[in-house]
Amino acid sequence: MGFQPIKFYQTGTYTVGNRLLSPDQRSVQADEARSNSINSGHRACQGCGEALGARYAIDAAMAESHGQLIAVNATGCLEVFSTPYPESSWQVPWIHSVFGNAPAVATGIAAAMKVKGRTDVRVVAQGGDGGTTDIGFGCLSGMFERNDDVLYICYDNEAYMNTGVQRSSATPPAARTATTMPVGPEPGNPFGQGKNLPEIAMAHGIPYVATATVADLRDLEYKVRRAMRMHGARYIHLFVPCPLGWGTASHDTIRIARLAKESGLFPVFEAEHGEVTSVLKIRRKVGVEEYLLPQKRFAHLFGSHPHPEMVSRIQEIAERNIRKYGLLDEEAA
Amino acid sequence: MIKPFAITLKPGTSLSNLTGTWRTERPVYLDRLPPCNNACPAGENIQGWLYHAESGDYEQAWRVLVEENPFPAVMGRVCYHPCEDQCNRGKLDSAVGINSVERFLGDEAIRRGWKFSKSADASGKKVLIVGAGPSGLSAAYHLARMGHEVEIQEAGPMAGGMMRFGIPKYRLPRDVLDAEVRRILDLGVRLKLNSRVDDIVQGMQGFDAAFLAVGAHIARRAFIPAGDAAHVVDAVSLLQSMEGEEKPMLGRRVVVYGGGNTAIDVARTARRLGATDAIIVYRRTRERMPAHDFEIEEALQEGVMIRWLSAIRQADEGQLTVEKMVLDEKGMPVPTGEFETMEADTLVLALGQDVDLALLEGVPNLEIRNGTVQVSGNMMTGYPGLFAGGDMVPSERNVTVAAGHGKKAARHIDAYLRGVSYEPHAKHELADFGKLNTWYYSDADKTVRPMLDIIRRQTSFDEVQGGLDETNALFEARRCMSCGNCFECDNCYGVCPDNAVIKLGPGRRFKFNYDYCKGCGLCAAECPCGAIKMVPEEI
Repeated sequence: MGFQPIKFYQTGTYTVGNRLLSPDQRSVQADEARSNSINSGHRACQGCGEALGARYAIDAAMAESHGQLIAVNATGCLEVFSTPYPESSWQVPWIHSVFGNAPAVATGIAAAMKVKGRTDVRVVAQGGDGGTTDIGFGCLSGMFERNDDVLYICYDNEAYMNTGVQRSSATPPAARTATTMPVGPEPGNPFGQGKNLPEIAMAHGIPYVATATVADLRDLEYKVRRAMRMHGARYIHLFVPCPLGWGTASHDTIRIARLAKESGLFPVFEAEHGEVTSVLKIRRKVGVEEYLLPQKRFAHLFGSHPHPEMVSRIQEIAERNIRKYGLLDEEAA
Repeated sequence: MIKPFAITLKPGTSLSNLTGTWRTERPVYLDRLPPCNNACPAGENIQGWLYHAESGDYEQAWRVLVEENPFPAVMGRVCYHPCEDQCNRGKLDSAVGINSVERFLGDEAIRRGWKFSKSADASGKKVLIVGAGPSGLSAAYHLARMGHEVEIQEAGPMAGGMMRFGIPKYRLPRDVLDAEVRRILDLGVRLKLNSRVDDIVQGMQGFDAAFLAVGAHIARRAFIPAGDAAHVVDAVSLLQSMEGEEKPMLGRRVVVYGGGNTAIDVARTARRLGATDAIIVYRRTRERMPAHDFEIEEALQEGVMIRWLSAIRQADEGQLTVEKMVLDEKGMPVPTGEFETMEADTLVLALGQDVDLALLEGVPNLEIRNGTVQVSGNMMTGYPGLFAGGDMVPSERNVTVAAGHGKKAARHIDAYLRGVSYEPHAKHELADFGKLNTWYYSDADKTVRPMLDIIRRQTSFDEVQGGLDETNALFEARRCMSCGNCFECDNCYGVCPDNAVIKLGPGRRFKFNYDYCKGCGLCAAECPCGAIKMVPEEI
């Protein structure tokens, strides 16, 4: 595991900051002088995981690039809630592309900076799962294939949220959206469909691929900083719960992300040149029910007409992830 | 140039959009009462002093501690630490070793010679304290720091009360006790030894108030027919005589009758004095024994034997007659009529202690019930200006409770002397386990204090339990979860998706920016220690 060695400072390294840590050991988010890349007043819903994840990630990228950063943003929730004309929440140089071409625009900016000799300026592209796994997929694959010097961050909330919760290729099996079967023998998103973008990115053999969640700030900051120290195409897939689209309480955003990781449904790992180099182990394993139950998009799996067979298929997915990535420590297993 | 409408507006910032108007609930910071503080009979601010110990500022930690209790080194050895029983961390891995950190701070203070900070200006009032036990000394300490002139009159030859004459040396070395007593006397408290007060009303003349803390020194006796040559002693005088030059002669087989902590102390003392067999005879079972379980365990380790469900009926030279008992459905022992004999050179009776109430004879308006002096909520007896505490008033009898009584009485005596009444602060709501988000606390097991070798425990009066050193005391302090009180972990500042938490800098905590807080509640949900609460907005 890459990030911080375990030191015992009352809460260890799990909290955002700690008065007992020396300043260089503290997270970017603990800093009063963090860049607050997305400022107050944005129109994201209460408890938005994406607004939080984007600030976590871009603040870390700003810290690592000493403020020399340009952010490209695909269309999506993040763009809509942060920049309703003429207001903007962004406190970094920021450009909005169309839905499908953020990777290409970022490639162009990186090329322009290279031509101008501005080697200090770094480029980050970002989008939601729709803009990344569906609409921008071709541009993204091209950016990976050419190994352009861009860090692409996907904020995965598992559906098209700002247009009203339509299914994307990142929507998990059985999750209910506006465009999946509302009734029938297997309601919700079908099993066996969709894309696993981190693995597709790894298949391009690019220098760095990582997954992270908003529940583990230290791990996320470590990965963004690590990616920013590398050159070439890099990809971070960030799991960001959506209270509106998932039907969860606004105060549960981080807890849900934590449960996704602790159940094994969302494996958190790093990969270099197509090979997994480290995984974040499960600390307190939970069954998938604990993750599914607080979410209304999975409510049809429980209640008066439950679908235990679908729950156990989801549990199988978790177990497969645990096996495949080695998510459990020997002793914890 | 005519611009299209879409680019006629200048770029603006989202700060003009006050999202605080969306809110239906608002987060507020609060201090909740940590369960350890709530459980402490001496009212220590445990979370408060651990906070300073965590950062390695042991002197400040000690100073916060002694605001409430002047005996950290004593407490760190003999207190039964109800705080640890209530510690929320006990539900996670194991309770914080509060008692061991307290001892470390107490020992550190003695080693470094820390003195109490300056007392308040002299009030010109004089207070008499009768009894130099934990309760009297605690009251003396607090009253002296409040600026009053204090005189302690003690019937015995040395200060300390039950800390000296009741608790064996292997639990509380006397140099530790002496150091903490001396520090109190250094405040200017006058101590008169071998000075028994026979009539308190007369004794109070020349004083503005008095605090009675004579303890409970009279051994309770049970009627046991005894032959002329039977050797029967009581636990109180036995433990007292341990402080003298001549050690008591107990023989090789010692039987102790009783089930309290004193019985255990006597049996362990007997082992150390050379008894090959130290046997406790108790009428009920281990589950019903009033002694603390860890003390029973330590005694058993040292080879003390316990005979359950047995009552002593007759004592003769070298031999006791014992009747077997059974428990009825209420758990009370009932005789069975089955008798046995057991050998014993000495029988020690440890059946409880009573208060010597002789000095209270003739005091008007005094209420005495069940052998104890009744006091009102402010620790005052029915006689104006006469307060009482410690073992002589109805309550649990131990050193920590006594120190708490001393403090409480001192506050009320101070108010009485000023002609006002003392109103304690309203207690904060309890920070129970459900209020915490324990995900954020690293897994870390309790640091166990070293124990003396069993052979030396059976043969010497060396202290049984060792202390922590600086490295593991710091570790142990940092296991504290700071229940209910912000420890500046920055979680709220970090997890707010709306940047609506303002960090005020080290030691100054945080505040909310309600202009932008949408009331999502993430800060409250992710606060590890439960120091944020969501309250409904008035709409």
